[in-house]
Amino acid sequence: MKELTFETLLAVFEEMFGAGLFWSLVVACVAIGVLFIYIVVRERGLESRRLVRAELWAPVGAVAAIAFIFFITNSGPSDIGGPVDVIVLLLVGVAGAVGLTILAYLLQSLVGSRRMKPRDGQQG
Amino acid sequence: MKINRREFMGFVAGSAALAGLGLRGAAAAPLKSSARIVILGAGAAGTAMANRLAKSLDGAQITIVDARKQHLYQPGFTLIAAGLAAPEYSVTDTRDWLPSSVRLVQEAAAEIDPEGKSVTTVSGTRLPYDFLVLATGLSLDWSGIEGFDLDQVGQNGIGAVYAGPDYALKTWQAMDRFTDKGGVGLFTRPATEMKCAGAPLKYTFLTDDYARKKGTRDKVEIRYAAHSSSLFSVPIVHEKVRMLFDERGFDTVYHHVMKAIDPDRGVATFSTPDGDTEMDFDFINVIPPMRAPAVIRNSPLPWQDKWTDQGWAEVDQYTLQHRRYPEVFAVGDVAGVPKGKTAASVKWQVPVAEAHLLAAIAGKDSDAVYNGYTSCPLITRVGRAMLVEFDYKNNLTPSFPGVIAPLEELWISWLMKEIGLKPTYYAMLRGKA
Ligand SMILES: Cc1cc2nc3c(=O)[nH]c(=O)nc-3n(C[C@H](O)[C@H](O)[C@H](O)COP(=O)(O)OP(=O)(O)OC[C@H]3O[C@@H](n4cnc5c(N)ncnc54)[C@H](O)[C@@H]3O)c2cc1C
Repeated sequence: MKELTFETLLAVFEEMFGAGLFWSLVVACVAIGVLFIYIVVRERGLESRRLVRAELWAPVGAVAAIAFIFFITNSGPSDIGGPVDVIVLLLVGVAGAVGLTILAYLLQSLVGSRRMKPRDGQQG
Repeated sequence: MKINRREFMGFVAGSAALAGLGLRGAAAAPLKSSARIVILGAGAAGTAMANRLAKSLDGAQITIVDARKQHLYQPGFTLIAAGLAAPEYSVTDTRDWLPSSVRLVQEAAAEIDPEGKSVTTVSGTRLPYDFLVLATGLSLDWSGIEGFDLDQVGQNGIGAVYAGPDYALKTWQAMDRFTDKGGVGLFTRPATEMKCAGAPLKYTFLTDDYARKKGTRDKVEIRYAAHSSSLFSVPIVHEKVRMLFDERGFDTVYHHVMKAIDPDRGVATFSTPDGDTEMDFDFINVIPPMRAPAVIRNSPLPWQDKWTDQGWAEVDQYTLQHRRYPEVFAVGDVAGVPKGKTAASVKWQVPVAEAHLLAAIAGKDSDAVYNGYTSCPLITRVGRAMLVEFDYKNNLTPSFPGVIAPLEELWISWLMKEIGLKPTYYAMLRGKA
């Protein structure tokens, strides 16, 4: 694949999802990433209790990601045929796990921040 | 969450699918030219060429000629005939893929005069050209199977995956009934050059897979009639397919070319080196001989000493430029080259032909070369495929060497076919890939 370029990949994704949906997904992804970094920076690090609770979602994310890819395609676990398939499956799982962990952390930060603040104030 | 998952899945499938349709970025600043360029056919090759030329040239008059209002994504026919997609999956509007600067003449070309450099359409409109691109695809010669009529498809166990999206659906209905009931499934391919030589094999594997999944495999016999001494023109692929056929319990006969069908008796007639022979069927996938469309065959453009019964355009296999009329190029199925009747090849051919055409306009030379790249995600069951890629020399040319093994039945190769190939094909049509 000497000619695989980034523009090409973008063009393929635009056709796959439709340009509108694809770019909305990209924007949503970037927004979530930026928001996550913003919160981490604002709080000068990860809040350990939130992180532990968020990490509980990781296996759910992994399983959901894998179930999702089997659901939207005409394939299932028995079709895994070689090492590269296992690697792809693991990567899907990792992506799901990391994604859901970040989302769970973010939601706790956003929802929890109002409730947390007075307590933090009391403690501080 | 959906975002990451979908994106990731898309990325995996997309990157892998690029293997199926090898892609390349856009060209440099447009070349000023007032050349008249006529493209015959707005299928995979013609549309991709029109979009690329519209971007590469400034001021040229580009005309594309095609009577068909629908654009057909033909690799989808296999999925339709496997009950995995509806006929609409393959159908879009021809005009929607074309840039506004390209003129679409919605008629078939009836005559080509390469001496006088003009094309005449069915209604008699004359289109003079400075450069001509042949992209008419091929014609399916159904009359080459005596006793066959497309109206039979879907009845008496007769299928025809190649005939179009609606016929692919009827084929699925017939195959579905057959794999419920059992009997003899007969699979064939023509002796002519054909588009996607893997497709007849895929459909044989898919039928076997359905019988297994339904638990009726012991009531089903699968017979494959190969036209020559091999199952696939690339020897190493032939050997792999032969092993898989043995493993799945298919009966293979060689040197059998289907010539006639008797739908009422459920019998197909084959010519063989030992004379004609009959084979019974309860289900059959009829694939007819394939030839260049009449407009090409009846012109001076085909090879004079090769494929004389088929009429493919006489182009140089590395540049796709006509050997006798240098202002004529052929891309896609109509090109008279030894490999490459797939959409994946179109992707590699069009930039090469375009480079030589632009060089001719600019009065320069181009060193772009088409090496025969052809690719076929050879489905071996629902959920698995082998990503077979090769060139003129019968070498395997894997896009992801060491990662995606070419002769291994893999899930990733199936994902490419199922979710990656169509968007990659459409990106190619737009000239973006
Ligand atoms: C069942 C099946 C499965 C396939 N699977 C795969 C696959 O998995 N991977 C892959 O890469 N490829 C696959 N292919 C092959 C692929 O679809 C073709 O190789 C590809 O479409 C060729 O492009 P083309 O532009 O040459 O021809 P086409 O896309 O067929 O377009 C030709 C166009 O020319 C027009 N035309 C014809 N005659 C005239 C005339 N006289 N005047 C004007 N216009 C005319 C036609 O109307 C048509 O629109 C498959 C094909 C089939 C049938």
